Amino acid sequence: MKEFLEGSTAVAKIIKLCKPGVISAYPITPQTHIVEELAKEVADGQLNSQFVNVESEHSAASVVLGAVATGVRAYTATSSQGLFYMAEVLFNIAGLRLPVMLTCANRAISAPINIWNDQQDSVSMRDAGWIQFYAENVQEVVDFHLIGYRIGEDKSVMLPVMVCMDGYVLTHGIETVDMPEQEQVDKFLPPYSPPYKLDPDNPLTMGPLVDPESYMETRYAIHQTHRYVIKLIPQITADFSKVFGRQYNGFIEEYRTKDAERVIVAMGSVCGSIKDVVDELRTKGKKVGLLKITTYRPFPYQEIYEALKDIPKVAVVDRALSLGSYAPLASEIKAVFFGKKKKPQVISSFILGLGGRDITQDSIKEIIRLLNTKEKSCEFIDLKPELLKENYEPNSI
Amino acid sequence: MLEASGPNTIIANNTGCLEVFSTKYPESAWGVPWIHSLFENAAAVASGIEAALKFLGRKEGINVIAQAGDGGTADIGLQALSGMWERGHDILYVCYDNEAYMNTGVQRSGLTPFNTNTSTSPIGSRSTGNIRPKKPMPEIALAHGIPYVAVASVGFPQDLQRKVKKALSVIGPKYIQVHVPCPLGWRYESAFTLEVGKVAVETGLYPLIEYENGKLISVRKLNPPKPVEEYLKIQGRFKHLLDKPEEIKKIQEIADNNIQRYNLKGETTD
Repeated sequence: MKEFLEGSTAVAKIIKLCKPGVISAYPITPQTHIVEELAKEVADGQLNSQFVNVESEHSAASVVLGAVATGVRAYTATSSQGLFYMAEVLFNIAGLRLPVMLTCANRAISAPINIWNDQQDSVSMRDAGWIQFYAENVQEVVDFHLIGYRIGEDKSVMLPVMVCMDGYVLTHGIETVDMPEQEQVDKFLPPYSPPYKLDPDNPLTMGPLVDPESYMETRYAIHQTHRYVIKLIPQITADFSKVFGRQYNGFIEEYRTKDAERVIVAMGSVCGSIKDVVDELRTKGKKVGLLKITTYRPFPYQEIYEALKDIPKVAVVDRALSLGSYAPLASEIKAVFFGKKKKPQVISSFILGLGGRDITQDSIKEIIRLLNTKEKSCEFIDLKPELLKENYEPNSI
Repeated sequence: MLEASGPNTIIANNTGCLEVFSTKYPESAWGVPWIHSLFENAAAVASGIEAALKFLGRKEGINVIAQAGDGGTADIGLQALSGMWERGHDILYVCYDNEAYMNTGVQRSGLTPFNTNTSTSPIGSRSTGNIRPKKPMPEIALAHGIPYVAVASVGFPQDLQRKVKKALSVIGPKYIQVHVPCPLGWRYESAFTLEVGKVAVETGLYPLIEYENGKLISVRKLNPPKPVEEYLKIQGRFKHLLDKPEEIKKIQEIADNNIQRYNLKGETTD
C-alpha cells in the first residue's frame, strides 16, 4: 500500500514485517528514528521481539551475533562511529557465517566530528565479508531489507547483510513508498531456519582456534560464497518481482546508458540527482547516462563490464575516499577493465559530498564538464580554497 | 563448573587460555553448545543468546553461562559485563581469575595482586612488581544490585560446584569469581595447584564469600588464618618479596583487612 513516510519509519515498518526475534542497537544520529520506532512497536505489543538496549555498538553487534547463533532472526542499525566501534564484531559475524541484518545510516567519519551524510563509514567496511546494498530512495531501502534477509539467510549463503541508506537524505526525508503487506512478506521471506545453531539438543562449537593449517580455507569459502551470491541474486529478484511487482536488476541500474558517450557511476541517493541532470542534458542532445551500483559487495564485475565496455568516457563518483590512494569505487571500476580489449577510453575519479556537503545539479554538471579526454585520477568537487589557505600559527592568539 | 550446570547449558566464552586450549580445530573439548566470538564480548553475546531463548520461549531449563579470564572480565570485558548486569539478563558469568593475561605471556591485568611479578609489571632495581591492588570485581558486581555474587576457588572444588548450582537456581544476573592458580604464570609445580589455591584462601588473601540479594550469606572461616608468607613463598612470582619484610607487611595488611571485613576468623558453621 502506498504511504508517504519518513525513511526511518519505512525501515522500522519493513523490519517489523520481517519479524526479528531480537533487536539490539545503540543510539547514534541519524539512525535514531529507526530504532525508536521499533521500540514503540514493541512497547505497543505490535512487534513480538526482545528489544535489548545495549551500552555500546560493540555490544549491539555482539547481541545480534548471539541471537542469530541461537537460531533467531535479529536486527541492528548504526552509523559512522558506531559502525567503526563494532568493526571487529562485523568481521567476526561474517567469519562465523551468521546472517545478521544491519541498516547503516551513512554518515561521515570523525575526526573532525560531523553528523551529516557521506559513505565513508560503510565503504570502509567493504572488506568485512558482508553483503552490501546501497539504496537510491526509500522504496529501495525497504525492498533491499527484504531481499537482504532472504539472501543472507539462504542456507548456501549464511552471510550478514548491510543495507546502506544516506543519513538524513533518506533517513529523515519523506517519500512515497509502496509498503508491502504482511502476507506478501511471509510469502517472500520464509522463517529463519539455519543449518547450525546453539542448541543443547545438538551441541556444537562455534568460533574455535584455527591455525595456519586450516584458516585460509575459511576466508576463501566466504569469497566463494560472494561469487555464489552473484548467481543467486537474479533468482531472488525474479521472485521478488513476482510477489511485489517491482523489478530489480539486483546489481546495477543502467539509466540511459545504451548510447551514452559519457556515463557517471555512483551509489546511493546521489543517483536521484544525477538522473535529473541526465534527463536535462538529454533534452539538450547530450548523450549522458548513469550507472547506479546497487550491490557493492559482492562486487558485480561482469555486470559493470557489460554496462561500461562500450562507453567512451566514464566518471566515477565516490562519496568516500582511501586517504593516500585512489578512491575506493573508482579503483574497483578501473580494475574491472584492466587487460580487457573493450574498455572506456577514460575513467575519471571524482570525490564529492563529504561530511554532508551538498551535491547540487551544478556539481554534477561540473563532473560532466570535467569528463573529457584528460583522465582525472582523483578530483575533489566543490572544495573551498579559502578553507585550505588557513594555517596553524602557534603564537597567533 | 559444567558438571554442576549439566547438559542443558549454552556457553559464550571470551578469548583466553580456556577458549584456546579447549577448541583447537578440528577438536573441541565441549559437549555443550559453545561459542567464542571475541575477547571482550562474551557477556554481550550471552545477552543475545538469552534474548533469543526468551523469544523462543525456551529460556526456562537452559542455563546461559558467559565465561572469561580476569583480563576479559575486569579490563577489556568490563563494559559489556556491566551492561549485561544492568539490563538484568538471566545469565551466570564466571570469571576464571588466574591474576594476569596468561594466554599472551603473563602480562599484568586489573586483577593482578599488589607486588606481583608479571611480564609487564616486572621486578627490577626500582620495582617490586605490580603497584596496584586487585580491582574489587565482587564489589562492583554487588554495586550493580545483582541477586547472586560469590567467590570460589579451585582449591575447594565442592564449594565451587555448590555455588554454581546455587547461582543457576537464581533468576537474573549471577557472578562467580573463581581463583585459578596457574603453574606457568605463578611459577610453581603444577601438581601443587590445589595446595596453592587452598593456601591463598587460608591466608585471607582470597576470601570465599557468598552474597544473595546484596546480603552476605556465607564465608569460609579460617581457623586460624595462615600468615601470607606461607602463600608467597610457594610461588616464583612472589619470590622477590621474601627478603623484604616491609613489602610482606603490606600484603599481610590486605589479608588482615579481608579477615576483619568478612569476619573470617573462627570455625565455618556451614
